[in-house]
Amino acid sequence: MILNVTTPDGERHALEALEGWRVMEVIRDWGLPIVAECGGACSCATCHVYVDADWLDRLPPRSEEEEAKLDEAFDVRGTSRLSCQILMREELDGLHVTLAPMPR
Amino acid sequence: MSPDAATDAATAPSIITAEGAGPHQTDVTIIGAGPCGLFAVFELGLLDLKCHLVDILDRPGGQCAELYPEKPIYDIPAVPVCTGQELTDRLMEQVAPFSPVFHLSQMAEKLEKLEDGTWRLTTDTGTVIDSKVIVIAAGGGSFVPKKPPIPGIDAYEGSSVFYAVRKMEQFRGKKLIVAGGGDSALDWVLNLQPLAESVTLVHRRDEFRAAPDSVNKMRALVAEKKMTLEIAQISGLEGENGQLTGVVFKDKERGEWSVPCDMLLPFYGLTMKLGPVAEFGLNLEQNLIPVDTEKFETSTSGIFAIGDINTYPGKLKLILSGFHEAALMSQAAVRIVHPDKKIRFQYTTSSTDLQQKLGVA
Repeated sequence: MILNVTTPDGERHALEALEGWRVMEVIRDWGLPIVAECGGACSCATCHVYVDADWLDRLPPRSEEEEAKLDEAFDVRGTSRLSCQILMREELDGLHVTLAPMPR
Repeated sequence: MSPDAATDAATAPSIITAEGAGPHQTDVTIIGAGPCGLFAVFELGLLDLKCHLVDILDRPGGQCAELYPEKPIYDIPAVPVCTGQELTDRLMEQVAPFSPVFHLSQMAEKLEKLEDGTWRLTTDTGTVIDSKVIVIAAGGGSFVPKKPPIPGIDAYEGSSVFYAVRKMEQFRGKKLIVAGGGDSALDWVLNLQPLAESVTLVHRRDEFRAAPDSVNKMRALVAEKKMTLEIAQISGLEGENGQLTGVVFKDKERGEWSVPCDMLLPFYGLTMKLGPVAEFGLNLEQNLIPVDTEKFETSTSGIFAIGDINTYPGKLKLILSGFHEAALMSQAAVRIVHPDKKIRFQYTTSSTDLQQKLGVA
């Protein structure tokens, strides 16, 4: 399955993804610039992405924990998600996300 | 500090902190008081080496304490499950017999070699520690405040934008904007409100992670019109020559608007930065310190690196790998501190000598 990722420089990448991998892990595995410093524990907000609006209703809603952790992200929008909290599965084949601005 | 954290601190073993700037003398200086740094105290202690530890956080535990104190860890050998805080507390209990000395809320800043071969480490608060061996167990680096990716913010840092409060007086009579929804944001709102000309708290939603008592106090101040709460996000800064005049807020309904401001205090949590360790001359590879897998020594004799911060073929960033690295490092460290001593390898199960060191025999 494919995960489409647009990087901050505006380039779009089609990444081969595996079922059950976190979106963050796919992005990191392909070497795109994502900080993801806590490694997927929903503890750092440095894997913040914007999900294409078309895909939003196919994702499980934000958990309370994810919502709270987004407080530490920047430019949070309705389409904001922490990419460590989205697992790739059949229905998400073709998902498109854009990397959000990262803290320095 | 959350009420939970306060309870944890009360039950945790007491922490020995250093008095004075030194120079302190010890056998081994450990940079980083996370799980690997703490376990290094244990392994070094069994070999009679004394340790001082430096950490930028105000308590031991590193990422376990800062990032995931409440999260379960399932891959510590023989401990089916424990939280990050429990792991830290148990390590503190395990190293207590060796009385390690902690230098907390400080960043290891400068490392130099004295004429007699001793390493002298200086921290950003001026503490000096001399030792024969340095162990870098700094994980992902120092925890420092996240700097928001707002265009042009660098120009205001230190003059109008502050990520920490060192002197409250500097905020007297100023128009302040505080950003964030955690304890740091709320604590500084409450502390600075009495002396500032005005305080505006800006947060992305009308819910706060901070301690409920702080949130209630903040809401009371808002109700009394002694401060302002804006549910919005920061989208830009206004000012010139390093002096802010306003901060631009935005939200979906109201669009963008500007609020007058002299000083902005963003509190968006912490992130890890390698920091001055990068200047220690250790031939970094992608911000990691290459080591051998026999002693976990760096390219510089007498400086070791263990845990997440090192790299070698096959490296896995696991706590258990760091524990193993600490044990092998210690065998090499003792040969540097006591080059003429014959080292005996012993088991805690059977050695009366080790058991006496642990205070159980």
